Amino acid sequence: MADALIDFRTQPSRYKHWKLSTEKGVAYLTMDVNEDGGLRPGYKLKLNSYDLGVDIELADAIQRLRFEHPEIGAVVIRSQRDRIFCSGANINMLGLSSHDHKVNFCKFTNETRLAIEDATEHSDQTYICSINGIAAGGGYELALACDQILLADDGSSAVSLPELPLLAVLPGTGGLTRLVDKRLVRRDHADFFCTTAEGLRGKRAQQWRLVDKLIPPSKLADETKKIAEDVARKSKRPKDAKGIALPDVERTFDGDTLRYPHLTVEIDRERRAAHFRLGGPTAPAPADAAAVHAQGAAFWPLALARALDDAMMHLRLNETEIGTWVLHSQGDPAAVEAFDALLAREASNWLVREIVLYWKRTLKRLDVSSRSLIALVEPGSCFAGTLLELVLAADRSYMLDGVFEGSNLPAATIRLTGMNFGPYPMGNGLTRLATRFLAEPEHVDVLKKDIGQALDSGQCDDLGLVTFTPDDIDWEDEVRLAIEERAGFSPDGLIGMESNLRFAGPETMETKIFARLSAWQNWIFQRPNATGPEGALKLYGTGKQAKYDRKRA
Amino acid sequence: MAIDYTQRIPNNVDLSSDRRLQRALENWQPRFLDWWRTMGPDGTSNFDVYLRTAISADANGWANFGYVKMPDYRWGIFLAGQDPNRVIAYGDNKGKPAWQEVPGELRSTLRRLIVTQGDTEPASVEQQRLLGKTAPSLYDLRNVFQINCEEGRHLWAMVYLLHAYFGRDGREEAEMLLERHSGDPDKPRILGAFNEKTPDWLSFFMFTYFTDRDGKYQLASLAESGFDPLARSCRFMLIEEAHHMFVGESGVQRIVQRTCELMKEHKTDDVRAFGAIDLATIQKYLNFHFSVSLDLFGQEASTNAANYYTMGVKGRYLETRIGDDHVLTGSTFDIDTVEDGRIVRKTVPALASLNERLRNDYVEDCAKGLRLWNKVIADAGLDFELKLPHRAFNRRIGAFSEIHVSPDGAVMSAEEWKASAHKWLPTDEDRAYVTSLMGPAVIEPGKFANWIAPPVRGINNQPANFEYVRFN
Repeated sequence: MADALIDFRTQPSRYKHWKLSTEKGVAYLTMDVNEDGGLRPGYKLKLNSYDLGVDIELADAIQRLRFEHPEIGAVVIRSQRDRIFCSGANINMLGLSSHDHKVNFCKFTNETRLAIEDATEHSDQTYICSINGIAAGGGYELALACDQILLADDGSSAVSLPELPLLAVLPGTGGLTRLVDKRLVRRDHADFFCTTAEGLRGKRAQQWRLVDKLIPPSKLADETKKIAEDVARKSKRPKDAKGIALPDVERTFDGDTLRYPHLTVEIDRERRAAHFRLGGPTAPAPADAAAVHAQGAAFWPLALARALDDAMMHLRLNETEIGTWVLHSQGDPAAVEAFDALLAREASNWLVREIVLYWKRTLKRLDVSSRSLIALVEPGSCFAGTLLELVLAADRSYMLDGVFEGSNLPAATIRLTGMNFGPYPMGNGLTRLATRFLAEPEHVDVLKKDIGQALDSGQCDDLGLVTFTPDDIDWEDEVRLAIEERAGFSPDGLIGMESNLRFAGPETMETKIFARLSAWQNWIFQRPNATGPEGALKLYGTGKQAKYDRKRA
Repeated sequence: MAIDYTQRIPNNVDLSSDRRLQRALENWQPRFLDWWRTMGPDGTSNFDVYLRTAISADANGWANFGYVKMPDYRWGIFLAGQDPNRVIAYGDNKGKPAWQEVPGELRSTLRRLIVTQGDTEPASVEQQRLLGKTAPSLYDLRNVFQINCEEGRHLWAMVYLLHAYFGRDGREEAEMLLERHSGDPDKPRILGAFNEKTPDWLSFFMFTYFTDRDGKYQLASLAESGFDPLARSCRFMLIEEAHHMFVGESGVQRIVQRTCELMKEHKTDDVRAFGAIDLATIQKYLNFHFSVSLDLFGQEASTNAANYYTMGVKGRYLETRIGDDHVLTGSTFDIDTVEDGRIVRKTVPALASLNERLRNDYVEDCAKGLRLWNKVIADAGLDFELKLPHRAFNRRIGAFSEIHVSPDGAVMSAEEWKASAHKWLPTDEDRAYVTSLMGPAVIEPGKFANWIAPPVRGINNQPANFEYVRFN
């Protein structure tokens, strides 16, 4: 039986596992996982353990706090449960899940943790974790994503990463990387910590930088509140601004076609490809930030980002055999350019800043999607500025040289805007252009001179902005072959190759997290020591001891 | 000047030959004494108490009686005798020689088990620190002090293991055992039941009967441990634990006896009018203490218990006397559990249900005391029977915590249960009444509070009017 469709759209009134409340500039995200509220049958979410469903709600809350609550300067993550903060990803759920579901789950939770850090760093909405009991595995990794970690000092509350000793796998949400790269825990201390199943508590946890502050449990709630309110007071978010509502993203399924207001996704099952057709603006760019605010979630760049984000999540989780995403656009490039100009002009406005940051995260989501990305720059397309980033994110791009016979659509052009030179860095900290032209950094400066120009296929070819520029005689075959060839390769091989090639340039904590995640998931998670019949993950909970192949590979 | 700890700490572990361990215990001992002074029996440091002190682990050595000031009690370290050929009786390591040192991969597991067990020992001393103020007799006062000293000794036994086998982490844990306190909101004891108050002597006797009996079963399972020093420690502790349960069993029996006497004499069930505790209230206390003690055995399906067994760190009760393969990977066990809100019997993997199995052994053992108490009632010619409530009654941990069940096992709605709870569990009024009976301590030798009968025999066969405690 096919699994029920996973829907990423939710809102606080439908949360099963979190409570969201706000007071004095502070938001409180309180975890109280409903044991029987698992996304799929067969496991109970005991001890505040989580599955994808729990994390979908968390991601939604983080997103909403940014858009709906400009007055919130600090967010506290805490638990409702006595002496349990969070015991991490549910092991039984992992045991029942297919490999691709596990990987997708981990990828999404990683994106959610990064969204927490992005909110702290760029939106001045600082996350504080208040740990009242056991924070194990993913529970501690959630804490690691926060700016401050407060721990109850009661002699038993502990933080731990027990994955290696208990399950023979590794923390799946950046735990190891954040220990040494973010919290700067000494590697020998980290080594001891990660091999001690019960973790560390009290003074040693603090001395080793695993937590920031110890607080007696009877004072934990009040102290947390005080710390968060202090942080909130210092935040530069506009305390008197009003947020905009984020209603459910509208979408309709029509057979293999999925329609959003500015995006249509058509699935070609035979070629295992999904065609994303992004629509350009349908109305002129509003004059200023106040007008953006008035349009709210209907503002074209925001509406499109939300649609694209939802479509990607839907395809990642629910359409795992659709291995190639083909990116198209349709509209007026000048209109897109006008919206980019508005975003740049009003960059200091809190809402505009959030919209640009959201596009940044959405494009990063595209970067780390394990699908082949092919961009088609066709007549009538509007790959300008923000939308051009999709072409630059693609593994390969095709731009038609000239027009199709019998069509009155204008020849394809590409436009650079200021948005291509800074606001949308990739995980490696560089823009897509800078990453593309690592061999000739000065070329990026040359491109700046072409901002605002309608660049035709010849110019784009010369400037290196697209891969191939077939004419109308070759176009159909070239494109068809590219997509069909992709469908023939091993999906595993493609994922590995693509992610190796996509992230050239410097390492950041973010690139390390994703790279190591895929390395361990695709290797350690697949090895018999973890998932074989006598592997530790397989036997967890049965009382049987794992038998390891002792060879070091 | 250095104190000669080999003299101060009676032991059969050749302490004098291990300088490192001696130093560690030298550091710990003053902290322990500080703890005893501040958290032990209140205002008693000058009393001379007629106590039994273990001075060796053999049959003659474990019961030496004499007057002792409690802070001078010789808390010793005794392990039951060593069997050089002992092998691990169960699990993956079945048949291998018992470990004399902690295997590296089991270090944190064993440490956690020892800390959890060790934490209960000082906890109960803390829970009972005020009982001396309201003792119903010198005999009972002495008994609570004896129990307190022995719980202190059990703490020493666990601390010795932590110091001797677990390095720096062990020493830190040993200190934490003195830093957590029963009922302390900031540093509570590890297990919930050990953070409750023991406010009166009926609760104390029920606690020693039911909750210390959980201790017996935990110790008995640890006495099967593949880690030989732990097994030997626990085997010796079991001898002392038996006395604690005797205090509980005989204490309840004496209360029941006094109640029956007054019922017969005045031909009434309502003995409250005569300053005793009615059988219905005794039944309510029994219901409460039995149900919270059942929770101490943990979840019916327990990964930890299964791991402990397979690794060889914690066995079943009387493991070697059980006639099966002692590996259990293919075995099943029948347990009662909850399905769709009903109590159902299910066959489950034996390894995962070891907690439930131990709980079964415990329930069977609990029933024995009730037979004695009911004999007292029957001998008085009264028509009343004390009963163990159903194991699903009033549970907070495990499958039964999801449903509401009466003492006789009927499943009902939360509302129905709440409406009847006052008939099953002590109400505030019941507790206030029992507390009201707890007058100033009865300290005249041979005298007893009105609500409890004298014991049949004195400690160490002393006469009824023996001066068990001298107040100085």
